[in-house]
Amino acid sequence: MQTASWTFLLGDGALMELTINGARHHIDVEPDTPLLWVLRDDLKMTGTKYGCGLAQCGACTVLVNGNAVRSCVMPVGEVGAAEITTIEAIEQDRIGKRVVAAWVRHQVPQCGYCQSGQVMAATSLLMRTAHPTDEDIRAAMVNLCRCGTYNAIRAAIHELADTTAGKGLDSD
Amino acid sequence: MGMEEIPVNLSRRGFMLSSAGVAAGAFVLGIGVPLGRARAEGTKLRGTNVPAFLEIRPDSTVRLQSPFVEGGQGTFTAMAQIVGEELDADPATFLVENAPPGDEYVVMDNGMRITGGSMSIRNGYSAMRRLGALARQMLLQAGSRHLGVPVRELTTQPGQVVHAASGRLIAYGELAHEVMNLPVPAPESVTLRKPGQFRWIGASVPRVDVHDKSTGKVVYTIDVSVEGMLHAAVQHAPRLGMDIQSVRNEDQVRLMKGVHSTHHLPGAFAVVAERWWHAKRAAEAAQIDWKEAGTDTGMRVMPADFSTEAFRKELADIRGPGQEAETRGNVRTALQNVHTVVEATYFSQYVNHAQLEPPSALARFNPDGTLDIWVPNQAPDMFRADMARRTGLSVEKISVHSQMLGGFFGRHFLYDTASPYPQAIMLAKATGRPVKLIWSREEEFLRDTLRPMAAVQFRGGLDKNGIPVVLEAVSVTEGPTEGLNNKRGDKLDESALEGLTGKAYDIPNRRIAQHYVKSPVMLGYWRSVGNSMNDFLYETFLDELADRGGQDPYGLRLYLLRDNRRLTTLLKAVGELSGGWKRGPFTAEDGSRRARGVAMASPFGSHAAAIAEVSIKNGRVRVHDIWEAIDPGQVVNPAIVEAQVNGAVALGLSQVLLEETVYEDGEPRARNYDGYPILTLDHMARVHVKIVESGEKMGGVGEPPLPAIPPAVANAVSTLTGRRIRSMPLSRHDFSS
Repeated sequence: MQTASWTFLLGDGALMELTINGARHHIDVEPDTPLLWVLRDDLKMTGTKYGCGLAQCGACTVLVNGNAVRSCVMPVGEVGAAEITTIEAIEQDRIGKRVVAAWVRHQVPQCGYCQSGQVMAATSLLMRTAHPTDEDIRAAMVNLCRCGTYNAIRAAIHELADTTAGKGLDSD
Repeated sequence: MGMEEIPVNLSRRGFMLSSAGVAAGAFVLGIGVPLGRARAEGTKLRGTNVPAFLEIRPDSTVRLQSPFVEGGQGTFTAMAQIVGEELDADPATFLVENAPPGDEYVVMDNGMRITGGSMSIRNGYSAMRRLGALARQMLLQAGSRHLGVPVRELTTQPGQVVHAASGRLIAYGELAHEVMNLPVPAPESVTLRKPGQFRWIGASVPRVDVHDKSTGKVVYTIDVSVEGMLHAAVQHAPRLGMDIQSVRNEDQVRLMKGVHSTHHLPGAFAVVAERWWHAKRAAEAAQIDWKEAGTDTGMRVMPADFSTEAFRKELADIRGPGQEAETRGNVRTALQNVHTVVEATYFSQYVNHAQLEPPSALARFNPDGTLDIWVPNQAPDMFRADMARRTGLSVEKISVHSQMLGGFFGRHFLYDTASPYPQAIMLAKATGRPVKLIWSREEEFLRDTLRPMAAVQFRGGLDKNGIPVVLEAVSVTEGPTEGLNNKRGDKLDESALEGLTGKAYDIPNRRIAQHYVKSPVMLGYWRSVGNSMNDFLYETFLDELADRGGQDPYGLRLYLLRDNRRLTTLLKAVGELSGGWKRGPFTAEDGSRRARGVAMASPFGSHAAAIAEVSIKNGRVRVHDIWEAIDPGQVVNPAIVEAQVNGAVALGLSQVLLEETVYEDGEPRARNYDGYPILTLDHMARVHVKIVESGEKMGGVGEPPLPAIPPAVANAVSTLTGRRIRSMPLSRHDFSS
């Protein structure tokens, strides 16, 4: 994770290389800029949402090397060579695709604003733990949802956990 | 669809709909008929201008302009079901969008266009069905021309016109070009389907927006961008009414990275930059001396010494008869003859909307003098009228674009100082560039409108059998509507007292009144409005009366509703759903001590009854299960009703367990979720829903399931602890002993 990618300091900005959804992007931005705003304003990838800016709500969750990270407090300069996955590419991920399908089956979203982050958090959970228990889900799914879709979220993840208990997420 | 294309599409849509007849609008139904005159002549019926609403596309998909704004409540899907039912088109083939402002989209009988009050489906139902039927008739006429057979020989099946005699089928999409030249038939010439024939109305049709919302594809206002756009952030005055005296370090702020310009706005300092992060950082870096409000601001000035704690005491100390909203019998004389008098003061607290999408607005002045503006809103025409007032432009020159809302809850009504669009307009004007202004979460907490606080003086009287025969409630409060208007109206504000008024219990002597006290904070509508607090206040006091009279709270409610078949059915339904009424306290399988509480509410034309099961662990209330029965009369989509019940339960739990907006020294203590905790997945109860479709007049769904939840929980906690709960949130109470 600390493998340095090359950067050139340009005044107080820096030219950086980021790997996002398998593609390389070169951006000129100060290293302390939160990853969230690089995604949204520089790269026009607005599927990742701003909610609080304080790592309180989780609407900005992305995957950094498969780990759920709150991009609103992640300085872009610390990303280095890590692989970033955002909601835009979630269906290209084997597990992410199944999470989305479960989200649709369970009709999880209401307003939908927090759901990019919820889907990323669920994907990260299932990448780490193929068969999460209810306690695992409670511990991992801490993103806020004002519409109160929590039971649908829990049901969708349980279904994936059960599916995987029978067939295994890795089986296809 | 690439994100960068979206504004182009959006503006083209506005262009298509406002200048029908150009090539770009080739698929707009009824093209060549100028909008506003396409309405069937001779009718004043609302929602009959088919071409304004519907576009049949060559691929047979149907594009619908929804008069109601989608914000998670599922109205787009319900609209597709209702229109699709009569149009004979599968709701899954619909692409639904928020309609622009305009008279043709006013379908509600009251002549307004507002998404709120849980009114969309019940008030739009007839018009939207008729709209679908009119469009189907136009397709039949187009099919008749296409096939050279009389209309009477044609029928439809989903997405197709059918000529049974010859076995020929025409997809709707094939008629897209013909159908657009036809006049809209007279509304009385079409007949609607019989309810027994419904395929989609009444079915749990999948939501039309769920996949997009699960993959980040929905474009909310905060996501919109247009060419040449600048970003803006503000620092608001800490108290409403204050203005900038001076910005001590403005020169340095201007030199900060990425800053385009700085601006002094009424009550706010703004920074415009190429990136929002730069704008936000610079706006926050500004060291501003604020001056106190003048005496002639016309706005609700926040006093420097305002504290919610002191205000709560002030409200509680006020006595008086108040202004009557509802009376029956004679409270004064009846109280002299009762066996027991019970008096108590109950409280509601201020609460924030705390929707996840922070407010934003994008304003663009165009070279031809028109203004495009993207703003979260639940009343496009009211917003446009306000923009016209602020800019001096005529409404025809203003295009309001309404994206899906990242949370509804009443946050996006027209609140004078709680929306960023006036600032965005000023900044776009000042810079000569399109400007998107986002309020940071901290600025949002500073300017959000709040659900009112109330102190209610209750008096109840019990007869010798312990049955309530008198109930008086005097609410010391200001209603959200009088708050919005910043003055009292000629009549009482119903939104102040709903939930104290309108209770169905057969208590022969009752009196509900309001003692008006102006609130120093800006008030707003919060999901289920007055009911969000008043049913808590009433239903918990009713349990206090039941306890004083030695009555079981469930049994007492059944008794007081003995002549009301609909509510008796509902209360019994929730009892059965919970496995039979069981008050407790009892010991659960896991060894925890638990109790159940019951409450009812009849808001927004629907009825709800809820039972909550609670325990206390480490001094903290846990809600294990909520059983809720809801009777909205008639149902368009049971799955959406169930989802709305779940959402309303979550917000009701959040309110009763956790939420309270606290002001000290004129400022809100919480400026982000860290200081204003809301319900998380870990606190969410299991929810069991029973829909009771009585067949009565259709009521609302989005708000009605909420108000019964807080009192059901509080009543359960009272039973469990033996302590009366007379205020929210429960986190304020100490249950550790």
